[in-house]
Amino acid sequence: MLEIPSISVKDLQEWSKMDEVLTSGHRLCAGCGAGTMARQVTLAAKALGEPIMLVNATGCLEVASTIYPYTAWNAPWVHNAFENAAATASGAIEAMNAMRRKKQMADKDAHMIVFGGDGGTYDIGIQSLSGAIERGHDFLYVCYNNGAYMNTGIQRSGGTPKYAATTTSPPGSVIPGKVKWSKPLAEIMAAHEIPTYTASPAYPRDLMGKVQTALKVDGPAFMLVDSPCNLGQRYPPNISIETTKLAVKSCFFPLYATYKDDWLLTGESARIAKNPDRKIPVEEYLKLQGRFRHLFLPEWKGKLTEIQEIVDDRWIRLVNKSTC
Amino acid sequence: MVTKVQGMTGDEAVAYAAKLVDPDVVAAYPITPQTIVVERYSDFVNNGEVNSSFIPVESEHSAMSACVGASLTGARVFTATASAGLALMYEILYVASGLRCPIVLAVANRAFSAPINIHGECTDQMVCRDASWVSLFGESAQEAYDETILSFKIAEHKDVLLPTMFGIEGFIVTHALERVETLTKHQVEDFLPAERKVDHRFCPDEVISFGSLVLQDYYMEIKRQQEEAMQRAYLVTKDVMEEFGELSGRKMEVVEKYKLEDADYALVSYGATAGNAKAVVDRLREKGEKVGALKIRLHRPFPSLDVYEALTGIKAATILDRSVTFGSPGTIMQTDISTALYGKENIPSLHGYINGLGGRVLTLPEIEEALEMSKNYNDIGMTSTLDWIGYRK
Repeated sequence: MLEIPSISVKDLQEWSKMDEVLTSGHRLCAGCGAGTMARQVTLAAKALGEPIMLVNATGCLEVASTIYPYTAWNAPWVHNAFENAAATASGAIEAMNAMRRKKQMADKDAHMIVFGGDGGTYDIGIQSLSGAIERGHDFLYVCYNNGAYMNTGIQRSGGTPKYAATTTSPPGSVIPGKVKWSKPLAEIMAAHEIPTYTASPAYPRDLMGKVQTALKVDGPAFMLVDSPCNLGQRYPPNISIETTKLAVKSCFFPLYATYKDDWLLTGESARIAKNPDRKIPVEEYLKLQGRFRHLFLPEWKGKLTEIQEIVDDRWIRLVNKSTC
Repeated sequence: MVTKVQGMTGDEAVAYAAKLVDPDVVAAYPITPQTIVVERYSDFVNNGEVNSSFIPVESEHSAMSACVGASLTGARVFTATASAGLALMYEILYVASGLRCPIVLAVANRAFSAPINIHGECTDQMVCRDASWVSLFGESAQEAYDETILSFKIAEHKDVLLPTMFGIEGFIVTHALERVETLTKHQVEDFLPAERKVDHRFCPDEVISFGSLVLQDYYMEIKRQQEEAMQRAYLVTKDVMEEFGELSGRKMEVVEKYKLEDADYALVSYGATAGNAKAVVDRLREKGEKVGALKIRLHRPFPSLDVYEALTGIKAATILDRSVTFGSPGTIMQTDISTALYGKENIPSLHGYINGLGGRVLTLPEIEEALEMSKNYNDIGMTSTLDWIGYRK
C-alpha cells in the first residue's frame, strides 16, 4: 500500500509517447492545473497496461472536456451528476461483476478512476464516496482540490483554506475571507482504513508513482491532489505549477501516503522532514495569490502569522507520526 | 396452463417477480413500506438463489446513481423505494431518463413528510410524472407481480429505452397478503430474454463518453427524442400488456373498464382505490343504477384516447385521487383527464376528489357520497369541480 515505485525521468519520456487519455482540444482554462493533473493520473494508469474507465463528477474537468458533440476523453468515460460519482462507479463495477458472472461480458480487468473536485468531494459528494468506500468498491478516487467552487464562479467550499477570498467568503471589513480551516479530507478518507495519498502536479513522478500503487490496490483508494487554479486563486496562468510547488515547499500541502497507522512522507515533503531548512515560509506561497492579497494589508496583519502557526502545527503533527 | 398460486404481500410479489427476472444489479436503500422488497431480495442474493449483484447503498440518491452507472454499463437494473426516498432520487430520475437508462423502479407509494407518515398515498409517484419515466400503478399484489416483470420489457424495448416505475400503495397493497398466480422461470425467460441488448455501453472496450454537457445547440433535440420515445412507449406498453396477458392468462390493458358499456356515471381511479370503486359499482348495479368504473393503470404516457373512448357517453365522472396537489384547478389525475377530453364531443363533467391521504381509509359509503355529489354538480351544469373527501371538517 505504501510501496510507491520510483518513477524515473526515462519512464516519463516513455509514457509521454503513449496516446494521451485527455486529449488536446478540451476547454479548460490556460494555466489550469486540473488538465495537468488528469493527464498525469491517466498516463500513469495507462502505463500499467490494463484498460482504464473514468467516472467524472460535475465540475470544471467534466464541463470543459465533453461539450457535446465533442469529447476530449480517449477512454470510456461517464458523468452522472455532481454528488454521486462514487455511487456511479459502484453501479458500473457491480454491473461488470454480474455480467461477467453471467458470461455476458469479457472477463477483463480495468482500472476504475473517479475524478471529483473539492466541491464534489469535500462537500456534496462525501456521503456517496464514504458509502462506496465502506462497500469496498475497487476504484481510485482522485479529488482535485482547487480550493473553491471554481466552475460556478469561485464560491467557498469545505476545501477552501482559512482566510482565502472567494465570492461567498469575500474579504469584508469585518470578516477577512473564509472563517475556518479546510476539512481534513485525506485524513477522513484514511480513517476508512483505505490507502490514501496526497500529490501535486508539480511533482509528477511522485504523483504518478502513487497512482500506480493505488491502482494495484484491491479495493478503494483515495488521492487528494492540490490543483492550482489561476482564475480562482488569482495569479497569472504561467505560474500554476510554481504555485502548487510552493504549497508543498511551505508544508501548506504536504505530500504523503498513509494506510491504517502507517504514515509515509514522500518526495519534497520527505526531504523537508529530513532537512527542515528546506521548509519555506508560507507567506512565499500566499503572496503570489490574489485570494490572500487582503492578508498583506495593515488591518489584517496578524492573520499571516496565524496561518503560519496552523501550517506549522499540522506539519509537526504529521512529521511526528510519519516515516520518510 | 398449470398455474401455481401463492399467498404473498404486495412487496413479496415484487421481490419474487424480480427474482424470476434476476436483474444484473439491484441497488436499493430501505424505507418503509418498501423494506420487504429489499429484505427478500437480500435473502435471494445471500442464499445464491439469484445471480444479481446487490448494492446496499447509503441513500436513495446513491441507489438511483448506482442504477444509472450500472445501466450505462449495459446491465439490467432494478430498485425500489417510497416517499422521501423517491424524492431524494428525484434529481437522478432525470439523469436516468436523459441518458436513456431502462431502469425499473418499484414504488411503495407513501405520503410525504411533514407531518411524517408512513402510510399509503400516491403523491410521491405522481410528482415524478414529468421526469420522462413510464409510470404504472397496480391495484393488487397480483398486479405488482405482473408489473415487475412487464416493466423491464417496456423499459428495455428498443423503441422506448426509458426508465419505468410502477406503484403499489403502502401497506394497503405492500403489506396485505393476497392470492398471486405465479409464473415459472421458464415462462419469464420466454417473455424477457435473459440478456439485455445494448448498442453501446460503458465498458473497458468501448471509447465512448456518456453524460456530456449539452448546451443550447443540442439540448432541446435530446429532450424531443425523449418525448418521441414516450409516445412510442404508449404503443409498446399496449403490446407488452397483450403479450403478457397471453402468457399469464390475465387480461391486461392500459385502462381497465368495468361495467361502463351502458353506464351514465363513472368512478375513475387508479391503484388500490379501484377495488373499492368496483365494489361500489356492484352494490349500485344491484339497485339498478347505471354506474361503471374506470381504472387507469398507465399514467405516463397518459392513455388519452383510451380514457376518452371509455368515458364517451358518460354524464359525470367521479375521479378518486389518492394524491394531493395544492392550489391546482383539479386533482393530478383530473387535470390529465380534463386535458385529454377538452373540446371533444359527448364527454362527462369531471369531478375530482382528493382522498385517502396518509393512509386514510376511503369507505364505500364515502365513494357513494362522492358519486351523489358529482350527479348533483352535473345536474346544475357544473362541468368541473374539485373537493376533498374523508376528512374532519
